Amino acid sequence: MSVTERLVLAVEKPLKEAIWGCRMCGQCILHSTGLNCPMRCPKNLRNGPCGGVRADGNCEVYPDKRCVWVDAWEGSRRLPLWRDHIEQLQKPVDWQLQGTSSWINLVNRRDRVAPRGWEPDAES
Amino acid sequence: MPSPSRLAGLLRDGHFVVTAELSASNSADPEATWRRAEVLRGSVDAINCTDNTGAHVHISSLAAAHLLVEKGLEPIMQLTVRDRNRLALQADLLGAASLGVRNLVLMSGDDVTAGDHPEARRIYDIDSMQFLEVAAGMRDRGLYLSGRKLEQAPSFFIGAVENPFAPPLDFRPLRLQKKLRAGADFIQTQLVFDVPIFARFMAMVADLGLLDKAFVIPSIGVPRSARGARYMKEKVPGLHVPDALVDRLEKTAPARQADEGVQIAVELVRAVREIRGVAGVHLIGIKWEEGVVQVAEAAGLLPRPTLSPLATVGGRG
Repeated sequence: MSVTERLVLAVEKPLKEAIWGCRMCGQCILHSTGLNCPMRCPKNLRNGPCGGVRADGNCEVYPDKRCVWVDAWEGSRRLPLWRDHIEQLQKPVDWQLQGTSSWINLVNRRDRVAPRGWEPDAES
Repeated sequence: MPSPSRLAGLLRDGHFVVTAELSASNSADPEATWRRAEVLRGSVDAINCTDNTGAHVHISSLAAAHLLVEKGLEPIMQLTVRDRNRLALQADLLGAASLGVRNLVLMSGDDVTAGDHPEARRIYDIDSMQFLEVAAGMRDRGLYLSGRKLEQAPSFFIGAVENPFAPPLDFRPLRLQKKLRAGADFIQTQLVFDVPIFARFMAMVADLGLLDKAFVIPSIGVPRSARGARYMKEKVPGLHVPDALVDRLEKTAPARQADEGVQIAVELVRAVREIRGVAGVHLIGIKWEEGVVQVAEAAGLLPRPTLSPLATVGGRG
C-alpha cells in the first residue's frame, strides 16, 4: 500500500465508518442506496432488500435492527439528485477491493471495472 | 422461437399454469423424492425443487430436479446465493442444463440463522439480482461472468421471487422491475394470504407497464392445521398471515382442519385469479402434496393442458 493510500485511508475510514457505518468495500455506491451502506446488510445485498424483512421494517437476521434497505429506500426518496439510482442494477462486488480506499478507486476508475461477462449497458 | 420448457410454452400460450413445491427429501434413496413427486403428476405443470429451504439441509435441488427429469416430470430448480459463490453457482447452472433442467428460480435464500446450522458461514458472494443477470448472460451471450465463452449456451426459463408483503412495500414493484431487467422471465411470489395487499402490489406492477414483460405467479399455501398456520404467522420471516385466517382454522375441529385448509387455499386461488396479470398459481402444501392435488381439483384447475412436444426444445444440451 502506497503512502498516499495510507494517508487517504487515515481520513476516509474513520469518517465513513462514523457517518455511514461504512464497511470499506472499496467500491462505494452510497448515492444509489439513499446514503446507507449496503454492506451492513448481513446478506451483502447491493440491489435491494431480501424477502425476509419483518413487518416492522426490521432485519430478518437481526430482529432488533432496522433493515438497511428500508432505510435505503426511505433515504433515496429524500435525495434530490440520485433519487432513481436505487433502481440501477449494481454489478457484483469485487472482493479484491475490500479494505482499499473507495476515493482512490473512484478517481482512477478502478471501482468501475466489472467482470468481462457482465452486461456493460446494465451497469450503473 | 421454441420455448425452453413446457412451463414456458404454456405461459406463452396464455394458459393459467399450476406449479407446486416438492418437499425436499432427507433420504439417500431416490424413491423418497419420486414418491412425493408422483403424487403431483398430472395435477401440476411443473414442480419446484427447493434449495435448502428455510436454511435446513435437504437433498440438493440439482439432484432432485434431475430425478424428476428422469421420470418425465418437469422441474423448476431453485438456487440460492446463500450457500455458493459465483463459481459454484455457474457450475451448478451449467450442470443442471446438461441434465435437462430448464426452469430456474434464483433467489437470496433464507438466512442461515433461520435454519438448523445457524453457526454456518453465509456466502452471499453475489446477490440474487446479479445472479439473474449471470444466468441470463450464460443463456443469451454464452459467457461466464468472467467473460470466458461457453462451448454451448444453456437454454433456460429464468424465474425470480418477490415478496409483496415485506417492507418497503412501495419499493417491491420496482425491485420486480429490476429483476426483469436483470433477466427474469417469470416471478413466483411469497405466499399470498392477504389478497388486498397482493392486489395493490399487482396494480403497482401494472402501472409500471410490466404485465406484458413477466408472468407473475403468486404462491398459495395449503395450511394443514391451525398449529401450522400459527407457526407460519409467528416464526417464518417475511410471511404475512392475517389473524382472521388463523382464527378460522383454530375454530375448526382438529379432525376437519385439513379440509378447511384446502377450502381456504381454493378461495385464495379463486381470488388471485381475478387479479389482472396473474399468470398462474404456485401451490405449497408443506410435506403435503396430497393437499396440493385436492386444491387443484377443487379449484377447477384440472385437467392440466397438454402442449405439443414440438413446441419445446427437446433432449439435452
